[in-house]
Amino acid sequence: MNVLYIDLSKYRYEIVNRKDLFEEWIGGVGVGIQLLKEELNPNADPLSEENVIVFAIGPFTPAYPLASKTVALFKSPLTGNLGESHAGGRTATSIANAGYGAIVIKGRSKKPIYIVVENDKVHFRDARVLWGIEDSLIVGRIIAEKEKGRGIRTVMRIGGGGEKLVRYACVTTETYRHFGRLGLGAVFGSKNLKALVIIGKRSYSPKDKKSYKKIYDKIYKISLESDAMQKYHLIGTAVNILPLNELKSLPTKNLKSTRFEGAEEISGESFAAYNLGRRIACNHCPIACIHIAALRVPYEGERYFYKTIMISYDYELIYSLGSMLGIHSREGLLRLIHKVEAYGLDAISTGVCLAWATEALEKKLISEKETIVKLLFGDYEAYLKAIDYLVRQPNDFYKTLAKGVEKASQVYGGKEFALAFGGNEMPGYHTGYAAHLGYLIGLRHSHLDSGGYSIDQKIGEAKPKEIIDKLIEEEKWRQVLSSLVVCFFARKVYTPEVIVEAFKPLGIEIDENRLFELGSKIYAEKLRLKVKMGFNINSLRIPKRILETETLHGKLDKKFFDEALSYYSKIVKELI
Amino acid sequence: MTKRLVIKDIEKCVGCSLCMYACSRKFTKKAEIGVDSSGILAVSLSGFERGATVIFCRACFDPPCVQVCPTNALKPRKGGGVIFVEDSCIACGNCIEACTIGAIFRRRDGKPAVCIHCGYCVNYCPHDVLAFQEVEV
Repeated sequence: MNVLYIDLSKYRYEIVNRKDLFEEWIGGVGVGIQLLKEELNPNADPLSEENVIVFAIGPFTPAYPLASKTVALFKSPLTGNLGESHAGGRTATSIANAGYGAIVIKGRSKKPIYIVVENDKVHFRDARVLWGIEDSLIVGRIIAEKEKGRGIRTVMRIGGGGEKLVRYACVTTETYRHFGRLGLGAVFGSKNLKALVIIGKRSYSPKDKKSYKKIYDKIYKISLESDAMQKYHLIGTAVNILPLNELKSLPTKNLKSTRFEGAEEISGESFAAYNLGRRIACNHCPIACIHIAALRVPYEGERYFYKTIMISYDYELIYSLGSMLGIHSREGLLRLIHKVEAYGLDAISTGVCLAWATEALEKKLISEKETIVKLLFGDYEAYLKAIDYLVRQPNDFYKTLAKGVEKASQVYGGKEFALAFGGNEMPGYHTGYAAHLGYLIGLRHSHLDSGGYSIDQKIGEAKPKEIIDKLIEEEKWRQVLSSLVVCFFARKVYTPEVIVEAFKPLGIEIDENRLFELGSKIYAEKLRLKVKMGFNINSLRIPKRILETETLHGKLDKKFFDEALSYYSKIVKELI
Repeated sequence: MTKRLVIKDIEKCVGCSLCMYACSRKFTKKAEIGVDSSGILAVSLSGFERGATVIFCRACFDPPCVQVCPTNALKPRKGGGVIFVEDSCIACGNCIEACTIGAIFRRRDGKPAVCIHCGYCVNYCPHDVLAFQEVEV
């Protein structure tokens, strides 16, 4: 399996066979961590030339459906620790078909460029003309028209957010998919890298062709016919809004509440009934879970003129830019999502930052001198302007808020309601202890580390130790899934049994025990790297707000967290 | 009467490309993982905000690609479209240039990949875009 190394400082590239790494660590996260260990100084400034980006895919891409994701690893400019973000679109299949298991990007270009990887060639293209185009959709369109490879390429790019080094800027791909969390967009921006295009057209033969086709059909059938992925087939992730609201778990108005009176209006059901205009798929995925709303907007001041914007929505966006900001209006919410999409910002972090700013303004920790516009829960017009300010940063306040809510609350106060964990803004689940412990100890401080929200919904009364054990067990297994790399939405399709079976026709013999063993090993490797980057369990901050607002399990108790974290810190000591 | 791959409803295409992978896999003896020999291409319409579509041979009765083939590697197929005799092909690429709708693709070895209207991909079109149907000749 080949790894492509690109050095932006020298405009050079090299292709190296790293079969060694892929044999030992599967692919994806497993291999990516090793590449970071080799290439990155753990003390590097994330926005300096020293930072390194790794894109890695796994052995099932493009052999099987739903192996549609790419893992990005880097040092996060938001948290100063390990950054990990996954995206679908055509990223994974394009990297695989171009002949790579991973791509490593080092250094910094002197002037704006974009890169085109065309099978075994790398072209460095001048991007001075593209620099300054704030709308990531336009950037994608221009590059798509200029470059070849229609249908067999990915166009990863940044908008204004990444250029202006907003620490939670994302990298957007195929218009609607993102390396969303932890600021990969700012790392691109700091490297003067506007876009990365990968064109791939390779094929190879499976070891056992007949059994390959058989297991392919089995996976295809399970994904469509069983209920393993039903949720994503229908209303999509937005289906969670109403039940979480019912369960007192939907963070609302900066988590002052967990019940949102406007939940019905911004529910997945309402979006499906009134706005859903199209669905599209990541490459090699039959589900097509990407739900796109059609928003018809009249021209201002001109009669009988309309524009129709297609806007992708999901649960996390509806939470962060909807309930968290008290937005009832679906149209207003869609316009906020579109704004964030155009600039290439992480929706979760943007929403949480603005929710904090709104409350800080309410509490008079800051004034309109700082916010420029009067932020008020529910007023989407004000938030639309504030998002412009986050990118353009006209004053010190927005310069600081563009560094994340942790940083902003250090400067302006209001830490107790600044909803970040390990420096990363909170995802949309206030379900109970497992969710929050997951954000605290998860190796990327995300709800996808260990699915704590799901544990909360299944578990009754539980001891701290029990929850930590469950979280770690799940997170270890997810290291296997994200080394393979299959979509987490397909986790019920790719059971250990199916994985073992799927490996065989590719000529790889592996048993279930070995998979679990690797999950634990990769978990430990990642943890060690994080500790080297400065992760310290004792310095984790628990925002007071999460103890004040009711969850599915009632109000949460600080003692429970302390006990859980002290148990976890023993585990950490043993592992490193 | 003969069967051909046809479009049932192009507006339903989600751009998943499963047809492309199916095409590369269709012959068990030559089954490939990837898209190099796919005779069908799924594309977005200048960005997914405008949706997606598939491009493949529409089975002309007087195919320009056959006319420009210097080695008879492409022959007219009964019922429309072409038969590709790979061993006769010298990878000149004339057929790729000649197809008005760009439905012949260049493999990495330079030879063409073209739909042979076998219908295998239809089994993997999850959203009813493609169909394999009898058509009047």
